[in-house]
Amino acid sequence: MIYRVLAIALISITMMSPAHAVNPDEILEDPALEARARVVGKELRCLVCQNQSIDDSDADLARDLRVLVRERITQGDSNEEVIDYVVSRYGDFVLLNPPFKLKTYALWFGPWVILMFGIGVIWLFYRRRHASVSEGNVTVNSLNEKEATRLKKLMEEDKP
Amino acid sequence: MKRLIFILPLLGFLLIGGYLAVGLTLDPQRLPSLIEGKPVPEFDLPPLAGRDDVGFSSDDLKSEVSMVNVFGSWCVACRVEHPFLMKIKKNDWVPIYGIDWRETDREAGPAWLRRFGDPYTLVGDDPKSKAAIAFGVTGAPETFIVDKAGIVRYKFVGPITEQSWDETLKPLIDQLRQGSGG
Repeated sequence: MIYRVLAIALISITMMSPAHAVNPDEILEDPALEARARVVGKELRCLVCQNQSIDDSDADLARDLRVLVRERITQGDSNEEVIDYVVSRYGDFVLLNPPFKLKTYALWFGPWVILMFGIGVIWLFYRRRHASVSEGNVTVNSLNEKEATRLKKLMEEDKP
Repeated sequence: MKRLIFILPLLGFLLIGGYLAVGLTLDPQRLPSLIEGKPVPEFDLPPLAGRDDVGFSSDDLKSEVSMVNVFGSWCVACRVEHPFLMKIKKNDWVPIYGIDWRETDREAGPAWLRRFGDPYTLVGDDPKSKAAIAFGVTGAPETFIVDKAGIVRYKFVGPITEQSWDETLKPLIDQLRQGSGG
């Protein structure tokens, strides 16, 4: 029973899609321009509710940014020009997709470096264990003279 | 070498933990300001209803050290800040210019200033965030310190208090006044 409830909950959560906040009165008449505005809007972070794009956010500032994006697109700006303008006001932070540049190398390369490091550690660990096991056959498993005598003595002692 | 293997995870933990610990002390609402060191953005706002000035534009900020305060009648923190702005006005410490941001009602801003007092030299009406976005405003109140040459020198987020005035804003304003020859 509980699994069924969980399954239903999970399915309904995954089927939810974020509601768009673009209001009817903002939409441009030219569908091509509106489509471009949507593309730009998805790239830009709402500064108030920080994990939503301006297209998804109901915040007033997000609305004003959407209107601004549409105004600039209507005036003939390219998508990049519009995004550059907003970035010049709010910084890279406003981009939901972090740019690839010197300051963000750690962000882009960090996970790969850590992954490589982990693979390296695992490789070292197995190589070493393998080495010690094969060495062990020679040194650890065979007793030296002193140990052999002692073992023999102990065995003797144990005899009834 | 063998010991290093055991110390490495600890070092890794301390490194990541250190970064996260610093991250915890940062305020995600406090964003880096890009406008500091740059000229005041171009804007030209109409006046508030009932105020007999001609509005507020970037050209008004090029003669003396001044403060640009973004506020709105809807903004609770602005009400907290307002008495201190009145104090600045009364003592004539620095001219304050206002951007009345995102008023839905043309009467709301003027009514607010009538009720609580008007500390502003000039006020512009900015219902569509034109100037606010140009300044990179994310919330109200925000205050910008502008020098004589019209360069934005500092962005202050949140309500100005006696303490932030004494510790941050006043020293900066004094310094800017001296630096550019009185």
